[in-house]
Amino acid sequence: MAKKQVQIRHSRHNMDYVLLTVVLFLVVFGLLMIYSTSSYESGDYYLKKQLQSTIIGVVGLVIMIKFPYKHLQKFDFLAIFVSIVLLLLVMTPLGVERNHARRWLDFKIISFQPAEVAKIGVIIYLASIIEKLEAVGKNAIRTPKGLSIIMIPPTIIAALIYGITKNLSSAIIVMGIAVAMLFVAVPDYKWFVGIGATVVAAAAAIVLYVANSDGGESGFRLARVRAWLDPESYSTDKAFQTLQALYAIGSGGIWGKGLGQSMQKRGFLPEAQNDMIFSIICEELGLFGAMAVILLFIILIWSCMVVANKAVDRFGSLLVVGVMAHYAIQVILNIAVVTNTIPNTGITLPFISYGGTATLFLLAEIGIVLNVSKSCK
Amino acid sequence: MTTVNSTARRNMTLQKRKTFIICMLSVIVLLALCVRVGYLMIVCSERYSEQAQQLHERERDIKAARGRIIDSTGTVLADNRTVCTISVIRSQIEDPEGVIEALSSELGLSREYVKKQVEKRSSRERIKSNVDKETGDKIRNLDLAGVKVDEDYKRYYPYGELASKVLGFTGGDNQGIIGLEVSYEEYLTGTKGKILTLTDAKGIELDGMGERRREPIAGSDLHISMDINIQKYATQLARQAYETKQAKSVSIIVMNVNNGEILAMTNVPEFDLNEPFTLTAQFAGQEATQDLLNQMWRNGCINDTYEPGSTFKIITAAAGLESGAVRLNDNFSCPGFIVVDDRRIRCHKIAGHGAEDFTHAVMNSCNPVFITVGLRIGVDRYYDYFTKFGLRQKTGIDLPGEASTIMHQPDKIGEVELATISFGQSFQITPLRLMSTVAGLINGGNLVTPHFGVMAVNEEKGIIEEFTYPVTDGIVSSDTTDKLRYVLEQVVENGGGKNGYVEGFRVGGKTATSQTLPRGTGRYIASFLGFAPANDPQIMALAIIDTPQGTYYGGQIAAPVVRQLFENILPYLEEIGYQ
Repeated sequence: MAKKQVQIRHSRHNMDYVLLTVVLFLVVFGLLMIYSTSSYESGDYYLKKQLQSTIIGVVGLVIMIKFPYKHLQKFDFLAIFVSIVLLLLVMTPLGVERNHARRWLDFKIISFQPAEVAKIGVIIYLASIIEKLEAVGKNAIRTPKGLSIIMIPPTIIAALIYGITKNLSSAIIVMGIAVAMLFVAVPDYKWFVGIGATVVAAAAAIVLYVANSDGGESGFRLARVRAWLDPESYSTDKAFQTLQALYAIGSGGIWGKGLGQSMQKRGFLPEAQNDMIFSIICEELGLFGAMAVILLFIILIWSCMVVANKAVDRFGSLLVVGVMAHYAIQVILNIAVVTNTIPNTGITLPFISYGGTATLFLLAEIGIVLNVSKSCK
Repeated sequence: MTTVNSTARRNMTLQKRKTFIICMLSVIVLLALCVRVGYLMIVCSERYSEQAQQLHERERDIKAARGRIIDSTGTVLADNRTVCTISVIRSQIEDPEGVIEALSSELGLSREYVKKQVEKRSSRERIKSNVDKETGDKIRNLDLAGVKVDEDYKRYYPYGELASKVLGFTGGDNQGIIGLEVSYEEYLTGTKGKILTLTDAKGIELDGMGERRREPIAGSDLHISMDINIQKYATQLARQAYETKQAKSVSIIVMNVNNGEILAMTNVPEFDLNEPFTLTAQFAGQEATQDLLNQMWRNGCINDTYEPGSTFKIITAAAGLESGAVRLNDNFSCPGFIVVDDRRIRCHKIAGHGAEDFTHAVMNSCNPVFITVGLRIGVDRYYDYFTKFGLRQKTGIDLPGEASTIMHQPDKIGEVELATISFGQSFQITPLRLMSTVAGLINGGNLVTPHFGVMAVNEEKGIIEEFTYPVTDGIVSSDTTDKLRYVLEQVVENGGGKNGYVEGFRVGGKTATSQTLPRGTGRYIASFLGFAPANDPQIMALAIIDTPQGTYYGGQIAAPVVRQLFENILPYLEEIGYQ
């Protein structure tokens, strides 16, 4: 009986090809948009670099499809340990500064952002530890000890990411992933609704406070909030990028200007191939192009949900939930930032924005999901 | 073990539901963001597109054609010539060598210079401006990628020196610098057009993205009262006198007595309006400093003041007759001098004029008689007339920089000062001021504003404005006017103004020979003011010869100038039916 099941698990026909197709389409589309946004100013420099990371990423994807995900559970504490060590290494001479932020580790042969490693590390750790706590006994997760084992490592990592690399968005993503995985693992709703309501209320309170206190002493974050509320008044500094993105989105209209026809990428929107790439998609491909991209992400998230709910074991299911949460948070935050729905936090659009480390780990995560999907019921 | 398994299974079912909830929440948020994107791209589209457009477009001005200046005969005195500006846009050049070759040969520039300009790392580099239209068209027809030929206007004065100090000229931005070009700037200047081109953030023009144009609106034509024939003739006479008398300058003004329209105004030496920054012969050998240029551009008729001398006796006569201080047949005796406040003031005829009535005193231009009349009027009354005749104000002519009268304060005028004022000394007015006041005295008492501007006419909209000028009436009674006309005609018929007599016309007038300040240098200003017909004056002319060599009497050198002018223009004016 057990043997039979194992055989089914190894059958490749169950792999989620829709998911794979969507991801590959997004990756190719991303390369196209990176070339479109960066070629006017930098020729094919960014395209070439992104192509390199994509090739490495596809290798990672294939490895993760082949590598039985069950074995990942062995690396749970190692993943957390490595993540923390790498983050701490940013403070050593190995850490390098790029684009005015010290977020990279440079090992000469390869350089990458430890925060990206930490995201996948947290997913593996939580999936494993929750599954293990379930096995210990009824409601083991819901004891203070259980909760501590689950939540303390991600909190430490998020704090390190924010403290060392000053990368608020990655810290938010790590915490978001952790909360989402905890949410599915326990039967409770009340706490989460309470936490959610508290966060929303706190955010609203801050916004109201900032909106009513005009100028005066304002920290970096508060100034961002003010710039968000009234981008046109901060058009020369804080809200410059946001406003340029809004110009790009607004001038796209329903049908867009056509691929390659963006004006804003011609030096007006700085680093258009990074966080703000979605606005150039809007400008060139119009409302329909933008909707199509959002729809692809909805399909992606939906497919992850289906895989998670069809997974044969708790660990695999939780891995996929973590990945799904990661994608969902990042896509939502990115589009919300680009459309000035929330203050600017500097977050990339998965598979499309330029960025080597992110591409590698995003593809590796998809490899894990596809691996889980192979053994689905 | 079983309980753990069942708990795990229950939790698994719960987990599926919760995973679905997370997924659905994400989808809902993403759909909400779709709405947000739709809002930005449909509702806000226009606003952001507009702001973005402003950001992407760079403006280049298209000059508007400046209005022309046209005289009363319909002759264009100030015109525009189309010239071209040739520039290159580096990013659009396909064949740099061909462009360098073509531009250097067509524009007559060195290859090195053109090469340097073409290869400069800038968005748009000007190669040459003020290129004539033919060359510009030729370059445009070569159809070289990256070479732009923009049409532009340059002010052009067909008659060069003619009326240079009246018309004025324009500067690099086509704005008036002196003369009528300044006074009527708002009518002459058009509205600039714009060429809007798309550029990237560095301002580099983008090829093939098209451009928007806003066409310029041409300025209105200014029609002036000047008559080119009279102006030409006046200028010719002035130049003649300037040369034969080797004078410092010669001014001639011809004015309509009744409405103040000026038909001619010259102040030789003039300068070439097409080369306003090149010093004329009188400044030979000097560097063109701003100071010297200003001197060259000065219009002596209105920008400078002088002591009018005997022509001012017309004013004293008018004040005397109007106040009743003197009558035409009052008898006087001139011993060749008069003592005022123990100062002995000489008559120009040292032997004296002997017994004479007032009419003859005017004909003889007898200083002691006019001093007597002035003293009879008295300081206060004389000052009141001086004011009433407009002599303390500017004439209000439509030319910039009119000089003010330099006159004693009323409390500083004693008998000696009044005596000298009576025959036109110890104060200064502009030649035009004298003329306007005399015109008012002999036209029946209407103090008119001398002017050139008649109307502004727009090519599309027709007449924009017909200019009107203030008139102060009743400065003297018509009786005084009649008497003045009579005595001034006598001056020309039988008195000191004989040389102003024109066969077949009745001419009135008055001569003057005034010593310039400082006195005793032997420098004089000779002048003659004449008008015709004497019984119903229409035209008045004033000729002033500043510092002539040799004979310097107004009656001998200035009166003949006005006579020659009248001999020609009076028949001409009759012919064209001038009022």
